[in-house]
Amino acid sequence: MNRLLPLAGFLLLVVLFGYGLWWNAHHDVTAVPSPLIGKPAPAFDLPRLHDPALRVTKADLLGKPYLLNVFASWCFACGDEHPVLMAEARELGLPLIGYDYKDKPADAKAWLAARGDPYTLVVTDQSGDTAINFGVYGAPETFLIDADGIIRYKHIGPLTPGVIRDQLAPQLRKLGVQPAPGL
Amino acid sequence: MRALLLALALLLTASAARADSAIDALPFKNVAQEQRFQHLTGQLRCLVCQNESLADSNADLAKDLRWQVFQQMQAGKTDAQIKQYLVARYSDYVLYDPPLKPSNYVLWFGPFAVLLAGAAGAALYLRRRSRADATPADSGDEDW
Repeated sequence: MNRLLPLAGFLLLVVLFGYGLWWNAHHDVTAVPSPLIGKPAPAFDLPRLHDPALRVTKADLLGKPYLLNVFASWCFACGDEHPVLMAEARELGLPLIGYDYKDKPADAKAWLAARGDPYTLVVTDQSGDTAINFGVYGAPETFLIDADGIIRYKHIGPLTPGVIRDQLAPQLRKLGVQPAPGL
Repeated sequence: MRALLLALALLLTASAARADSAIDALPFKNVAQEQRFQHLTGQLRCLVCQNESLADSNADLAKDLRWQVFQQMQAGKTDAQIKQYLVARYSDYVLYDPPLKPSNYVLWFGPFAVLLAGAAGAALYLRRRSRADATPADSGDEDW
């Protein structure tokens, strides 16, 4: 029995290191958990991309859940995410608000014109000041905000069909939103 | 000629010093305020390039956050208030020195727990071995 002790210790370490490798490969090591989940979304007052004279505030969007998708024309990962939004945005069953982050409006408009516009409406934050209140540190990021303006869920990085099916859709159902069957 | 060389050397050291950290040319009121700013941003983590401090990072967001820190300093906020502002948005992760609180206990005490477990295991093993050594039945063919 005593002779097997070192072997047992070694196996324990193998399991621990193996778990470390697996864990590093299966989660985004740069993802920072948001302290805002379960808390009210910060107030905002931002111009619309396609009509800067019109502004959108947090109060305007209260009353039903919506998704806030932070993107930018300079963001490569947003280009990866974009076809997913084009394919699935309409199936989700709630408005998808685009949040154009630290971007030139002309660039964002050209980007959406070339690739298609999956958004219900797009607001633009050229300085990025409001985004700091949302704890945004990169793009894309997606916030699920409920009818009372509480942040329920945040995804950092591109939404993929897998993320939508396994993480976002269950959160939507919790809020009484009915995504299309199969999601 | 010597004066020229000296001037050149001074210029080089000056630019080397500037390369130490990201410089935004913020209008500080005095040297003490600038030092406080450098000290504070040195304790904060850049979220984009996570192995750099806010003071050192050239990431766009780091620049924006430095500007926030600067403005709040001008508004008379304390270091603790500024840190709280960032923690509320970006979690304890922005602090290079994580606070001692229940969700961080594993981080703070985990290594000591592992050390204790190892020490207990070693003590147990050694005691058992010395007891085995003491018995005359031990053949003693292991000479280590």
